[in-house]
Amino acid sequence: MNAAALLAVRDLAVTYRVSYRGGHALLRAVNGVSFDLARGEVLGLVGESGSGKSTIARALLRLVPAAAGSAMFHGTDLLSLSGAALHAMRRHLQLIFQDPVASLDPRMNIADILAEPLRVFEPTLSSEQRRQRVLAMIRAVGLSPEQLHRFPHEFSGGQAQRIGIARALIIAPELIVCDEPLSALDVSIKSQISNLLKDLQRQLQLSLLFISHDLAAVRFSCDRVLVLYLGRIMEMASCDALFNSSRHPYTRALMRAAPIPDPVAARARRSAPLEGEIPSPLFAPSGCVFRTRCPMAIERCSLEIPLLRQVGDSLVSCHRAEEVSA
Amino acid sequence: MSAGATLEIRGLSVGYRSDHGLIEAVRDVDLDVAAGEFLGIVGESGSGKTQLLLSVLGLSAPGATLRGSVRYRGQELLGLGTGALNEVRGNRISMVFQDPMTALNPYLRVGRQITEVLQVHRGSSARAAEQRAIETLKSVHIPDAARRMRQYPHELSGGMRQRVMIAMALIAEPEILLADEPSTALDVTVQAQILSLFQELRARTGTAIVLVTHDLGVIAEVADRVAVMYAGRIMEQAPVHELFAHPRHPYTEALQQSIPRIDTPRPARLPSIGGAPPNPAALPAGCAFAPRCIYRMSVCETVTPPLLQASPGHWKACHHHGALGKLRIEAA
Repeated sequence: MNAAALLAVRDLAVTYRVSYRGGHALLRAVNGVSFDLARGEVLGLVGESGSGKSTIARALLRLVPAAAGSAMFHGTDLLSLSGAALHAMRRHLQLIFQDPVASLDPRMNIADILAEPLRVFEPTLSSEQRRQRVLAMIRAVGLSPEQLHRFPHEFSGGQAQRIGIARALIIAPELIVCDEPLSALDVSIKSQISNLLKDLQRQLQLSLLFISHDLAAVRFSCDRVLVLYLGRIMEMASCDALFNSSRHPYTRALMRAAPIPDPVAARARRSAPLEGEIPSPLFAPSGCVFRTRCPMAIERCSLEIPLLRQVGDSLVSCHRAEEVSA
Repeated sequence: MSAGATLEIRGLSVGYRSDHGLIEAVRDVDLDVAAGEFLGIVGESGSGKTQLLLSVLGLSAPGATLRGSVRYRGQELLGLGTGALNEVRGNRISMVFQDPMTALNPYLRVGRQITEVLQVHRGSSARAAEQRAIETLKSVHIPDAARRMRQYPHELSGGMRQRVMIAMALIAEPEILLADEPSTALDVTVQAQILSLFQELRARTGTAIVLVTHDLGVIAEVADRVAVMYAGRIMEQAPVHELFAHPRHPYTEALQQSIPRIDTPRPARLPSIGGAPPNPAALPAGCAFAPRCIYRMSVCETVTPPLLQASPGHWKACHHHGALGKLRIEAA
């Protein structure tokens, strides 16, 4: 892959031991996932619930343990760090949450919420230096300094998400995970926050992992996209390639299912929706995990796990990718 | 509005007392539902779209103040006693809720919950009701329906639960099906299945469907006619193709323009309006959308614009009568 990658994830696996019928079973939430993230790149992780997209992010942030694999970041493996080294690394990795209000401490005012990461990670700053950083950050996310002394419940969802973004960015992290950052917001607010994230990403050359189930939001926000199903990568491509010439039947099905706010275009798509639902990861199908819902599945798909390979402009794991029309 | 509507809502207002004062959730709404039509109601949180649906079936929270009129085939539903209301709801007008896990009783098998509808409304025998329930589950494409009847809600997937809810709502062959965000909690491929099921059922049974959603994309996929709500009022109402091709209300324009699309190259920025929907306990005077409106005039801050017909079948509540299109230009 890419030698200049900021983050290089290889063969990541996350496995949970769960109780099942009186005994235990292994739930493979993420299985053999590899990808690179370049500096200044926005990489979308897309999939339905149970696809493993949030679990990947949580494993990289060491919020859940990885069962296997590595994640090289600045010459060290994020997955093997512990103690003080892990704490020191956390300042480079920040998270923007889905529920903006719930992610802010209701007992702290905004000034304290924004100053806290500086107190923890830049303890040598003077209080005046800290104040200047907080002022600059609150303005950068489109809020006014007068709002610093208010508390989270006094803000709307969109304003709270601006505060969540400011808190993540204030220590200038190198990698930011955005976990469904728009999903909880009203339609007229989503566009404001989408534009804000894009402006900040460009100005500061941020590297983002953008987790979303919303393909349209991904098309607007991301440079490259990784499509996941049952913990495995189905397809990985640049945003343009994915939306213009996807090579995976699952990606195509997702696109057909995504509502288009235009009745003429929406109704011109006359294909039947994908049948069934994502199976439980406890009972992942043999071979290709998507085969039980795939309109193109053949016997080979149940016998042989398709490897990720280059077809057209995509990296795709499908035995019949060549037949998925470009 | 149209003659011969099955459901006629006139001047409907729904108010609540809350800790923050009086909340007017629905304000002076006029709306018809014609036989067999697919009506979409779109709005953001707090727009009153769910409260509007609930008030039709007498399901508003205790203590709510309702004014106006809701007539089903000429019969006034507002103020009707529970007994008379139960002749209508679940029977002539039924409802599908957003979250099937909380709408289904977790202690009862699926079969019992569906057959109850027929036993209550039709006095059907247990055996006849069970036969009919299995047929209805099959009609909403639940495989292995006889076995599903004996299962509990937690044994079903989210999509299957929503199909069970739809089967329950349809088993008495209602004239109108009200659906409150029925696909919002589902994955996108399952949402597509449920929307296509609604279309199929409407075509087969002639049931009118009123679908409430925050997603203009869902409306574009399935609705014949659209009502756009904001701060408790209908801002615009039109046939679906007309609404999307020629939106006449600045709020509709903003909703339509600000949604990114998967089928067109991405713009550098999304056209976007500032601000947030108003606090329903402290609505501004005049037009509730005025503080966020890029076409605002001084009259908008004092006089509430009535919903008027701008062209046949196309209604809008806005003082601005010139062309729209400014939002797209500003974003470019």
